[in-house]
Amino acid sequence: MAEPGRDVQVGADGRLQHFLTTEGLGQDRIVEILDLAESFAGVHDKSIKKVPLLRGHTVVNLFFETSTRTRTTFELAAKRLSADVLNLNVSTSATAKGESLLDTLANLQAMQCDLFVMRHAESGAAHFVARHVAPGTHVINAGDGQHAHPTQALLDVLTIRRHKGDFENLSIAIVGDLLHSRVARSEIHALRALGTREIRVVGPRTLLPSEIEALGVSVFHDIEEGIAGADAVIMLRLQRERMEHALLPSETEYFSKWGLTPERLARAKPDAIVMHPGPINRGVEIDSRVADGPHSVILDQVTSGIAIRMAVMALVAGTAPREPRA
Amino acid sequence: MSALRIRGGRVVDPASGIDRIADVWIADGRIAAIGDPPRAFPDYTPIDATGRIVCPGLVDLCARLREPGATHKGTIASETRAAAAGGISTLCCPPDTTPVIDTAATVELIRQRAAAAGGVRVHPLGALTTGLAGEFLAPMDALRAAGCIGMSQGDRPIPDTHVLRAALAYAATLDLPVVLAPRDPWLSTGCAHEGAVATRLGLPGIAVAAETTELARILALAGDTGARVHVGRLSTAAGVDLLARARASGVHVSADVAAHQLHLTAEAAAGFDSTAHVQPPLRDPADRDALRAAVAEGLIDTICSDHQPHDPDAKLAPFGASAPGISALETLLPLVTALARESVCDLATALARVTVGPARALGLAAGTLAPGAEADVCIFDAEAGWTVDPERWRSRGRNTPFAGRQLEGRVEMLLIGGRDATH
Repeated sequence: MAEPGRDVQVGADGRLQHFLTTEGLGQDRIVEILDLAESFAGVHDKSIKKVPLLRGHTVVNLFFETSTRTRTTFELAAKRLSADVLNLNVSTSATAKGESLLDTLANLQAMQCDLFVMRHAESGAAHFVARHVAPGTHVINAGDGQHAHPTQALLDVLTIRRHKGDFENLSIAIVGDLLHSRVARSEIHALRALGTREIRVVGPRTLLPSEIEALGVSVFHDIEEGIAGADAVIMLRLQRERMEHALLPSETEYFSKWGLTPERLARAKPDAIVMHPGPINRGVEIDSRVADGPHSVILDQVTSGIAIRMAVMALVAGTAPREPRA
Repeated sequence: MSALRIRGGRVVDPASGIDRIADVWIADGRIAAIGDPPRAFPDYTPIDATGRIVCPGLVDLCARLREPGATHKGTIASETRAAAAGGISTLCCPPDTTPVIDTAATVELIRQRAAAAGGVRVHPLGALTTGLAGEFLAPMDALRAAGCIGMSQGDRPIPDTHVLRAALAYAATLDLPVVLAPRDPWLSTGCAHEGAVATRLGLPGIAVAAETTELARILALAGDTGARVHVGRLSTAAGVDLLARARASGVHVSADVAAHQLHLTAEAAAGFDSTAHVQPPLRDPADRDALRAAVAEGLIDTICSDHQPHDPDAKLAPFGASAPGISALETLLPLVTALARESVCDLATALARVTVGPARALGLAAGTLAPGAEADVCIFDAEAGWTVDPERWRSRGRNTPFAGRQLEGRVEMLLIGGRDATH
């Protein structure tokens, strides 16, 4: 099985039942989601920011790992689709009492919840749950371990498409802790599916996973070489635990060697955009002058996030309009 | 006890170099002769083995029975029945039970339960260090007196190299073999082979170096102390290379590989299939091929099941949160004979790795059909195909990545000491 996600997330009728990974999703389906998201983008600008596509549906934000940004944008997206929303921070409730993942899920299904947005610290957790939910119940992966964070990846490619258009001429650099990054893995699959000319990964050997070239990327250890001529630079967040696990000496050394400064950014294309999935560590992976500077599209990403999540929810629930109002 | 004649089968006894159609004559629970009947052979019961393979009962050096301590996963009774169904007449269980096998009382408990289960011969391995904690030497002589045929750490490390060296030197003094799994604890915190599949799935990796660094330490100390070391469950081509070099330089070391490592690779985990979660992890095709070559040439003298039965809940979790291990007693024989079918080696060589190989590695009086030996005999149909359906297994553990697979080789009868232990 070369594409583990496909068989689980796509139903026998070819429709998207769950949204678990960008791997194996294919260009057409990604473009469909991006177009649908663009059609929803207009909703934000209306005085009544709602469409009735998920009226009567109950969306559960099931977060086994804490999150503010992702959970909030999923909640907003669900509310703009007129769904009822339940937020569960499970890390502090049931599992602390020894309840298993499947028991938690079974209880929520018994309450007639029909769409689960799930984040969990184990890679493969969303696939596991998708295999065990009742038919007609949908799972959206909001981040599983170091495996996938597909809605974040699609909002990133939507941001790139808005600024750059066609992917076939683009060179995109992803810089930082790829070893632990589910965002980077999902971005790589999505960017490849869209025909991106060149995807580069940049970082020290301790933060690049083994045989990452097999995902179709080229590897750089020097940031100046890695971002030279790039159309977009995606910076990844550096977690403090990396120092505790002896993968790096210090945040200071990391910044001096791999931090994105205006001087380094000058190596990229003059109109290059700078992205970051957030939350950013100023002075660790990115200089404030870059984060707040003219190349930065970091806040655009957050706005795109709501539209992408509305599109994905409507698609898996089967309530998306057939022809996006692009 | 009645006498038996196993008639017309292809007798494969690698220990005595026999591979031909012949009769096997059994009296008083022992092999009396192969070929012509001994003089004055008593009245016998015939067993027709025409078209079947007749070989020594299999010897498995690594099978967790889960008793004492985890009887919801398996019991000595359930797992020895599974072993018998798989053609295994002798097995060794590692000391990592609860409590650990570091007192004569625990050895006695296991031996009594095994005797009550009746059938498969169970040899407990004693703990090399107290509580397997890697700090103080276990009472090895007392454990031997209670019935342990060797010492082991299970899968737990001895981080302190001085303790490991002393443990090996002390075991060497008592001429006790020591089974060690080469696994660096700090490099083994992941759950999948470090490589393209783990990278794609975002699973924490276990590097090849997790095996080679610890193996190099074990081999150096084996040479240094003169201990009889058996290296358990190799998984890498680089580990095979290290073993070959140590052997060439005269280190007294034997080695085994788990049968699943000869057939599966990291790709088995690709769909987050928790039945493929195993330690050491399933590795690259090049590793599998090197392990196969080492089995064929005898550098690896033993294939074990590495049987680890689990309750369903232990595997009903995301990959990394599931318990590692495969329930493997009932697939050992077909996975071994598959090596002959896939032209890795001939059938006699494949069977040597589950009979005379393991018996010699730990000095067990088993694994041969030589006259005078205990009549532990496996009769199987090498051509019979069957679909792996763990729901029908004797083992309590249904956790196998081979479920639904078509395998060839079905045990028809297992004699242990001349008695039918099949049912």
